[in-house]
Amino acid sequence: MASRRCRAGRPVRPLPCATGRGRRQGGAVVAYDAVGGILLAGITLYAVLGGADFGGGLWDLLAGPTAHGRRPRALIDESITPVWEGNHVWLVFDLVIFWTAFPHAFASVMSALALPLWLALAGIVLRGAGFAYRKELSRVSLQRAAGATFAFSSLVTPFFMGTVVGAIAAGAVPADASQASLAAWTSPTALLAGFLFVAACGYLAAVYLVGEAASRGDRGMQAYFARRAQAAAIVAGALSLAALFELQNSNRLLFDRLTGRALPLVVVAGVCGLAVFALLAVGRPKGTRVIAALGVAAVVWGWGVAQYPVLLPGTSVTLSNAGAPQSTMVAVIAVFIAALVLVAPSFALLYMLQGRHLLGGGEHGALPAAAPAGNPGQAAAGRPRQQVPALRQAPARQQVPERQQAGRAIRTAAVGAVTIAAVIRRLRQR
Amino acid sequence: MMLHLAAQVSGQVVPARAQMAATLGFHIILACLGIAFPTIVLLAEFIGLRRHDETALLLARRWSQAMGVLIAVGAVTGTVLSFELGLLWPGLMRQYGSVLGFPFAIEGLFFFLEAIFAGVYLWGWQRLPGWAHWWSGVPIAVSGIFGAMSVIAVNSWMNTPGGFTESDGRITSISPWQVFFNHAALYEMPHMVLAAYMVVGFLVAGVYAAGILRGRRDRYHHAGFAIGFVPAAILTPFQIFVGDTAARSIAADQPVKFAAMEYVAQTSRQVPEWIGGVYVNGNIYAGIKIPFLDSLLVGFGPGTRVIGWDSVAPADRPPVVWLIHLAFDIMVGIGTLLLLYGLWAAYEWWRRRRLPPQRLFWWAGAVSGLAAIVAMECGWIVTEVGRQPWVVYRLLPTADAATSNGGVLTSLTLVVVVYAVLGVATIAILRLLSRRWRRGDAVQAVPYGPSPAPQDADAGKAER
Repeated sequence: MASRRCRAGRPVRPLPCATGRGRRQGGAVVAYDAVGGILLAGITLYAVLGGADFGGGLWDLLAGPTAHGRRPRALIDESITPVWEGNHVWLVFDLVIFWTAFPHAFASVMSALALPLWLALAGIVLRGAGFAYRKELSRVSLQRAAGATFAFSSLVTPFFMGTVVGAIAAGAVPADASQASLAAWTSPTALLAGFLFVAACGYLAAVYLVGEAASRGDRGMQAYFARRAQAAAIVAGALSLAALFELQNSNRLLFDRLTGRALPLVVVAGVCGLAVFALLAVGRPKGTRVIAALGVAAVVWGWGVAQYPVLLPGTSVTLSNAGAPQSTMVAVIAVFIAALVLVAPSFALLYMLQGRHLLGGGEHGALPAAAPAGNPGQAAAGRPRQQVPALRQAPARQQVPERQQAGRAIRTAAVGAVTIAAVIRRLRQR
Repeated sequence: MMLHLAAQVSGQVVPARAQMAATLGFHIILACLGIAFPTIVLLAEFIGLRRHDETALLLARRWSQAMGVLIAVGAVTGTVLSFELGLLWPGLMRQYGSVLGFPFAIEGLFFFLEAIFAGVYLWGWQRLPGWAHWWSGVPIAVSGIFGAMSVIAVNSWMNTPGGFTESDGRITSISPWQVFFNHAALYEMPHMVLAAYMVVGFLVAGVYAAGILRGRRDRYHHAGFAIGFVPAAILTPFQIFVGDTAARSIAADQPVKFAAMEYVAQTSRQVPEWIGGVYVNGNIYAGIKIPFLDSLLVGFGPGTRVIGWDSVAPADRPPVVWLIHLAFDIMVGIGTLLLLYGLWAAYEWWRRRRLPPQRLFWWAGAVSGLAAIVAMECGWIVTEVGRQPWVVYRLLPTADAATSNGGVLTSLTLVVVVYAVLGVATIAILRLLSRRWRRGDAVQAVPYGPSPAPQDADAGKAER
């Protein structure tokens, strides 16, 4: 056993002094950066996969009264049910990578932001349990209670997670925090980040659900979620810009880098958002899921690139001095490679089966195969569940020739990119 | 300095420990179900597919409906523990996060596989062909075992830490496999995996034993009982062997914990074994004393020297010794009873090719699952309370690891309330499912578990 067993007179653990990269070899730096990248990749995957499951809860919450919300809720249920646990594991994986690779920073974040983390955790528990219980229950009142628990905690959890990320980005977490701080996560930046997370989850979920509805040929639901995706896109875009503005006050360095070396990613994020908006506007949902996920991923990586190599902005805690030895980094990289080999094909199988509607089933798989657009009442009447009321819907959009549609989408995206660039230039000049 | 620190944060240590104990004690039951239940379900499905046995298939199908709920609740209560490691024990993570993170990362891999294939298996009942569906469940069972081993690697590392070098209070290097396969891991891993299989096997058997006691003496109930009972009963003697080896290793690895387990106050030879008894201020009340037995058990000879808790300063001894001792005795006692229970069935089967008809047998079966859970919880009390006052044995005191944030009492209260609701709701829903199955209206959709096939309804009716 190689451990040093003596502990007499051990001092209070000193703060990890900046050992500096100079003392580490080149290979070490690569290992630390690689683990930073792995952590960011894990966060990205949780955001684009787990985030959408939270967003599903949000739309469940906003789906209206029982009869009115039956169809959207059924679609949300079906698309979340077989995959949410797998998606949820990314959160656990990220936590483990965080504390393994950067234990000092982890302990500081957990101490300083204990309250929002507890609240997010409560949300996670209630959401999972509420979701699992909901329709096992047979009494409608209990179903409603479980469903409301699921939906409400789907709103609460991303909000508090957002405040945590916002607090870190704003530099509100000290290097050696041992006390919880209320101010850290109630700053405007943190709160904006909280709202942004909720909007982004809703946006992702709505875009995915448009694709899901389209793959089932359910035009009614496609239009329903397209409208919601567009609304969420606008809100998320506005909140992103507001958060960017606010960073000028709270963390000038991060702002400069977001509009400096991370600018390409910020632009990609904006372009993706606009492209999704445009594609949904012209009623072509194909590919929007990927583009929307890419947009959110660009935001996450923009944050990461802007912050690099500092782990906790405002402190000297960087990727390489946050507490773990190099051998831990090598182990983490090995685990990640194993994850790629084992987990990636498994996820591919799960999503493939889910995409081909081979999972779930029973009467829940029996959403209308093809509901004629513009006549949802008739479509509902054709389904086994007669009680589904006709939803009031926007009239079907007129079919526009394909080439014209594509041209419109490209134009909108181009205009959007120019606008974003202009706004950012303005911001930088101020 | 340590005492000073301890005094500073001591306000939070007790509630933090209580909260960890409550959440871990709750989750471990669901974890057992996550580890072993898939195997039992697969066993039933295997029998069903291989022998074209509709009853076994029906059981597998219904069980996986229950599994859907249990895995969901287990997934979130497990997440609670990941958060709590940081929220309640930042000192532990700050100091040793980079060491004990590696086994957790491995566990993450298996958690992924478990959750992904649970999605496929639980939801693929209707549209995947029979054997393809069966194989989609195999990764759940396998990753359950390996996931459990990874988590136990962390716990056993806390008992016998090693595999890292430390200088100036900082970890400078780790050797991951020495961390993973630390000394205690060699006996803790099989002990816990076997415990999980016993808990689930006897629990499943207990459900159907209760049904048989109520007069439902059909093939369906007997098959349900047997598919749970047989693996559990076969594994029980192995578990007792592993447990015995573990206790002997603890006598060497963690002598103070062993002293508390066996009431060894002073290091000596010819140590007696105490069965039961409450230790108060140096006296043992109401215990049965068997001379020399403890020395015999530890070293196979009455002259074996057993280290007592007088080998360390009073501050380094675990609190409430009687709790550790009684928990240990209850665990061993229940294990022995379960062994006898299995032998009873084996004898009857050997002589008469049947299960014992006596009501006592089925009563014992009905409570065997709960007894197994009690034994397992007692085992955790022994290993966790027995390690106190250390969180990492002889390296990091629990008081130094605890959070210095206030309000743990509040979170503890909330956790107890929320978990009480979760526990009641989960049991209520399982009962609801069972009532629904008994009524035979299995066609009713169960959106968060596999939907039953039409023939379920017929089979359900036939049983009534």
